[in-house]
Amino acid sequence: MASQILDGGFSDVPVQSARAFRAALSAMARPGRVYDISGAMPPAPLSPAAGSLLLTLADPGTPVFLAGAHDTPELRAWLIFHTGVPIAPREEAAFAVGTWTELLPLEPYRKGTPEYPDRSATLIVEVATLAASGARLTGPGIETARMLSLPELEPFRRNAALFPRGLDFYFTAGARLAALPRTTKVEAA
Amino acid sequence: MTDKNQAMTDTHYNFAYLDEQTKRMIRRALLKGLAIPGYQVPFASREMPMPYGWGTGGVQVSAAVLTPEDRMKVIDQGADDTTNAVSIRKFFERTAGVDTTERTAEATVIQTRHRIPETELTEDQILVYQVPIPEPLRFLEPRETETRKMHALEEYGLMHVKLYEDIARHGNIATAYAYPVKVEGRYVMDPSPIPKFDNPKMEMAAIQLFGAGREQRIYAVPPYTRVVSLDFEDYPFEPSKADHACDLCGAQNSYLDEVIVDDAGGRMFVCSDTDFCTTRRDGGHVGRLGAPGTEDAA
Amino acid sequence: MYVAVKGGERAIDNAHAWLAEERRGSPDIAELTVPQIREQLALAVNRVMAEGSLFDPDLAALAIKQARGDLIEAIFLIRAYRTTLPRLGVSTPVDTGEMACDRRISATFKDVPGGQVLGPTFDYTHRLLDFKLAAEGETPTAPQAPAQGEPTPRVTDYLNRDGLIQPEPASDTTPPDLTREPMEFPANRALRLQSLTRGDEGFVLGMAYSTQRGYARNHPFVGELRIGTVPVEMDVPELGFAVGIGEITLTECESVNQFTGSKTEPPQFTRGYGLVFGQSERKAISMALVDRALRWKELGEDNVGAPAQDAEFVLSHADNIQASGFLEHIKLPHYVDFQSELELIRRIRAEAQAAQAQEAAE
Ligand SMILES: [Zn+2]
Repeated sequence: MASQILDGGFSDVPVQSARAFRAALSAMARPGRVYDISGAMPPAPLSPAAGSLLLTLADPGTPVFLAGAHDTPELRAWLIFHTGVPIAPREEAAFAVGTWTELLPLEPYRKGTPEYPDRSATLIVEVATLAASGARLTGPGIETARMLSLPELEPFRRNAALFPRGLDFYFTAGARLAALPRTTKVEAA
Repeated sequence: MTDKNQAMTDTHYNFAYLDEQTKRMIRRALLKGLAIPGYQVPFASREMPMPYGWGTGGVQVSAAVLTPEDRMKVIDQGADDTTNAVSIRKFFERTAGVDTTERTAEATVIQTRHRIPETELTEDQILVYQVPIPEPLRFLEPRETETRKMHALEEYGLMHVKLYEDIARHGNIATAYAYPVKVEGRYVMDPSPIPKFDNPKMEMAAIQLFGAGREQRIYAVPPYTRVVSLDFEDYPFEPSKADHACDLCGAQNSYLDEVIVDDAGGRMFVCSDTDFCTTRRDGGHVGRLGAPGTEDAA
Repeated sequence: MYVAVKGGERAIDNAHAWLAEERRGSPDIAELTVPQIREQLALAVNRVMAEGSLFDPDLAALAIKQARGDLIEAIFLIRAYRTTLPRLGVSTPVDTGEMACDRRISATFKDVPGGQVLGPTFDYTHRLLDFKLAAEGETPTAPQAPAQGEPTPRVTDYLNRDGLIQPEPASDTTPPDLTREPMEFPANRALRLQSLTRGDEGFVLGMAYSTQRGYARNHPFVGELRIGTVPVEMDVPELGFAVGIGEITLTECESVNQFTGSKTEPPQFTRGYGLVFGQSERKAISMALVDRALRWKELGEDNVGAPAQDAEFVLSHADNIQASGFLEHIKLPHYVDFQSELELIRRIRAEAQAAQAQEAAE
């Protein structure tokens, strides 16, 4: 187990995190478009995509909530070793990671204030697949419309209605990710 | 002669100069900026090895965004060869080892001061703006505590009053650069001191990131986001430029620098975007005073 | 045929080469060494350390040499270097009550336990140019006495004991870190003090002076000014106790200011606080006065609209690296902005002249 904790991080931190961030940035700028992101090999059940995202963005200043089956001793130890994050409950989390049902309910997460809407959580939703189907997305970053498989519609609608407050989402599957910021309007296709 | 900047090699400093913790902090701010288009995200700007006011915000954003695969272009006043653009380009060549280019079309990351390139940007590009005063309301209300409240309440009446007073006094809106815009119908945003001629280009395919180092703010505009220059129904926004064609390449629709050429007040107009002008002349376009080709290329 | 000005890169290289030559000055004169600057221009070194927020006399001296004696430029070099350093840990708070004082004076009492220690001060020197210094060679010596070893309790502790001055209770809260988090208003006192201690000496002095002249006057006395060394210790979790990692020189000023009180509370003196790296007493006293002026709200005073009471104004403009960078950036080309204004003003003038001509014709 010890080696599993020490392994699986970036071998070349500045370069791999730069590449992973470019994927995260592109995804957030173009909601619903799927990007490759890799570098990390975290312990199960965390996906390489979610692991790479956390290694790139999380540090001692960003509490992380591990939801449901993602809250394992191995994963805690791995995350703490590689990023120094404090593990925290939903209410304090800057990042939360888990499957959609594990992450729910959305109410407790920080959604920012009217003066500081950026002080809000980013949820990393682990999904089985990412497909260009299901929900129709429109809004900033999308020229006309884009399709993305979403676990539900209504919670994202409610979140978008809070704008400029609100949560932002990454969906991760294997070594791929897509994003859904609070600005995106979602409807059934 | 020894290299005065010897210490500044890749071995002494991290990739793209900034330490990883600083980059993570900037990267988080950039993502929230994209999620809340036009909103100014506070970030703990670092002291950079160049002065505040000289592009430290843009440099920090670029440093957080660059990958080794990038090809970077740096412009100041639209030109690649202005001294500060040269200095910043050298900084990234040295600290990030990235390739650089003067060709807009070939660049993946473009850092700019005061201009948007004439060549339409694509989905594969990121435009990083250097911003001196990120707060569009700052010259109407100097207090951060107040302007933050105004943004929170979407209380932009003061800005409209200012623009309207301009019209009452001058018959025109007396703002020629850093002309305020409203982003996606919500936040009033400073587009940085670009001429208002450039404002309509801000609805683009590329990602736009803004860094204000001294003022510790980052903001962003995702691709295809609505960016509307503030105006009135009876005084619609006009993106104006000098009523001339480029004297070197003959372009009718590019932003022009006015150059005084003699003591008698003789002047000529040339594209401020040096790459645009060069590319046109290479393509055989000739202006009033120009010769084809690029004898003056560095 | 017009040829655009090119060659920015060569111009920059040449400028740097010229600068290096100018920095060295005449090669007929011996080159200044970093230890010489550290030992003989110690007050300049102290200022660079204080405003650079880095206690390292050798690096500060190097920065002064590189900056050709321009202290703001030297501070900038130190700040830019400091920001690249990894943060390995955090010391325990230093105890200035334990200071080994080189200088310690109180203006509020004729004598105090531990004594008044004048120390190496310019205070009573007659400001007459000493032409003997123009010649070289002499090594001055001062009379020596054994260190007294007597503790030097803080003067304000006496007032505190009698309830005559507002207590400043100790707190274990981790203060915000100005160098790691963006400045946020309203700023708490810890943040204000951080900003002031690295603020420009001239700016803080000017602000303090303005309070003395009536812009939020707060009747300050130097309760105590002490300069000396304090040990710096760090907790080592593996050992379970703190270990000394060195010592630093500090200047501390506690001002005793006008009292406040109400029907329910008897009057008490209040205080302002200054703490600065090195021997930097002008700065420490200025800081204490400005700190006190900024405390108007928590002390229940009126905001009289004085500049020194305005935390957002003071803290946003105290940093000379921010200020000089932005001030000097107007040297950079702005011809695109200027061109856009030029077009606008031409257009407005043309419209105005056309309107006038129309009126005259009618
Ligand atoms: Zn041209």
